[in-house]
Amino acid sequence: MKKTESRVLVAMAFPAFAIYAFLYLYPSLSNVYYSFQRWDGVTKPEFIGLHNFTYLATNDDLFMKVLGNNFRFSFIVVIFQTLLALLFATFLLKNTKTSIALRIVFFFPTILSSVSVGLIWNFLYDPNFGFINAMLKSVGIPGLNWLGDTRYSLYAIALTQVWFHTGQMVVIYVAGLQQIPQELYEAAEVDGASRWQQFKNITWPMALPTTAVVVAYTTIQTFRAFDLVYSMTQGGPLNSSDMLVTLIYNTAFSSYKWGYASAQSIILVFVVLLLTYLQRRTLRLNTGEK
Amino acid sequence: MFYKVFKNSLLTLFAAAVLIPSSIVILGSFKDDLEIYTKPLALPKHWSLKNFHTLIETGNVFTPFKNSVIVAIFSVGITLLFASMASYMIARSTTVTGKFLFLLFAIGLAIPGQVNIIPIYHLFVQLHLTNSLIGLILVNIALTLPISIFILTAFFKDLSREMFEAAAIDGAGHWRIYRSLALPLCRPALAATGIFLFVICWNDLLYPLMLISELDKKTLPLTLIDFRGEYATSYSMLFTAVMVASIPMVIMYLTMQRTFVAGLTAGAVKG
Repeated sequence: MKKTESRVLVAMAFPAFAIYAFLYLYPSLSNVYYSFQRWDGVTKPEFIGLHNFTYLATNDDLFMKVLGNNFRFSFIVVIFQTLLALLFATFLLKNTKTSIALRIVFFFPTILSSVSVGLIWNFLYDPNFGFINAMLKSVGIPGLNWLGDTRYSLYAIALTQVWFHTGQMVVIYVAGLQQIPQELYEAAEVDGASRWQQFKNITWPMALPTTAVVVAYTTIQTFRAFDLVYSMTQGGPLNSSDMLVTLIYNTAFSSYKWGYASAQSIILVFVVLLLTYLQRRTLRLNTGEK
Repeated sequence: MFYKVFKNSLLTLFAAAVLIPSSIVILGSFKDDLEIYTKPLALPKHWSLKNFHTLIETGNVFTPFKNSVIVAIFSVGITLLFASMASYMIARSTTVTGKFLFLLFAIGLAIPGQVNIIPIYHLFVQLHLTNSLIGLILVNIALTLPISIFILTAFFKDLSREMFEAAAIDGAGHWRIYRSLALPLCRPALAATGIFLFVICWNDLLYPLMLISELDKKTLPLTLIDFRGEYATSYSMLFTAVMVASIPMVIMYLTMQRTFVAGLTAGAVKG
C-alpha cells in the first residue's frame, strides 16, 4: 500500500473543503480580526486592540443584561424541555398505536418554521383577542400582556420554544430508552419496586448518555436563538427578551458598530464552547468514562 | 391509579397544546378576523377561500414560494453531493489527510454559524452576492456541510472495509466505488440527512433577512415577516400565509414520516 493519498480521493474532498474554507473558516477568522477594530462597515477599520472586549466587560450594561437573558432562557428551556421529553418518552416507550400516534403529534411543531411558530403564538398571546387570555378569562383569571410586558416576555418565548422542540427530544429519548434491557424492569417489578423507584434507579441512570445529548443540543439551540425571538418580539419590550444573536444582529445592522458586534460574537463562541466543555465533563463523570 | 391519571392528563394536555393552535390556524385561514377573535376553534360559518384569493392577488406569495423551493432544492442537493464525496474520502483515507479534514469540519460543529453574520455580509457585498439566490444557496451549503459530513462519515465508516477492498481488487477506482457501491448503500442516510437539511434551508430567517432586500428575491420566512407588518393584526391573512408556507413540510412529514423523524433526530444527536 502506498502511504500517499490517492489523487482521486483528494479531489473528491476538494469541493466541500473549498466552500467550507472560504465561507466558514475564513469568515470565522475575519471575525476575530474585526473584533480588534473600530469599524462601521463603510469606512476604513481602525485597530483598537482589546478595547471592544474591555468595554463589553466593564461598561456595557445592555450586553450584560442580554447575556443574563440568554442564560436564563437557556436554563429554563433546557430544564423544562428535557424533563418533559424524558417524562413523555417513558409514557410513550412501547410501540403501541396510541404511542406512535402521540409521538407523531408531539413531533409535529418541529417541522414548522420559527417564523410560522412565532406568528401562531403571537395570536395565542395577543392581549386583546388571544386564545390564552380568552381561556383564562373564561375561568375568571385576568389575562396578561404576555409579550408586551417586560416581566413576562422572556418566559413567554421560552414556553413557545419548549412547545416547539419537546417532540423532537421525545423521539431521541424513546430511541435511547428502548435500548435499556427489559429484564431490568422485570427484575425490579419482582422485587416490588415502585414506578418512581424504577425510574430513579433504572431509567434515569441508564438514560444519562441520551440526556447528555439532549441537554447539549438544547443548550446550543438556545444560544443560537434568533428566528423565534425576531418574529415574536424582536427582543423587546426594552430588551427584556433580547438574546445574544438578536443583539449582535442589531449592533451590526441597526447601530453599524461592526467591530463591536464581532467582539460580541466572539464572546458567544466562548460561551458555547465553555458550556459544551462543561457538559461533556459532567457526562464523563456520571458514566464513569475517562 | 394515580400514575395512570397523571400520565393520561399530561399526555392529553400536550397533545391539545399542539392540536389546538394547529386547528386554529387551519380553520382560521377560512374565516374572517372577527370570527377568529370570537370563535377561534369553531368550524367556519362559510368555508370561504377569500383569504387565499386575497393572498394570491395582492401578496407576492408565488415568487417567495418559488424562491424557497429553488434555494432549498439546490442547497440540499449540492450539500449532499459534496458532503458525501468528502465523507467517502474521510472514511477511506489511509493517511492523516482524512483525519485532519475531519477535525477541520468538526470546528464548524463547535462554532455556531450565526456568529459569522458580519464577515459573511461583508464578503457578500464585495462579491455582489447580496440579493442573490445563489448567495443564499452558498451560505446554506457552507453552514450545513459540517453536520452533513459528520452524519455521513459515521455511516460510511460502518460499511464493511472488505467489500470496498474486494471492489478495488476487481479494478474499480475510488470514483467508481463511490458511485456504484457507497452511494446506493447509504441511500437511507442520504434521505434522512436531506430532509434534515431541507427543513433548515426552508425555515431559515437570519441569513435571508440579512442578505435579501429586493422583493423578487425574498424567501417565504422573510415574506411572512413582511406580512406581519402589513397585516398587523389581520390574523386571517397571517394564518393563510402560514398555511401556504407550511404545506410542503406538512405533506412531506405525513408521507415520509419515518425518514423525517430519523433525519431530524440524527441531526440533533450527531450535532
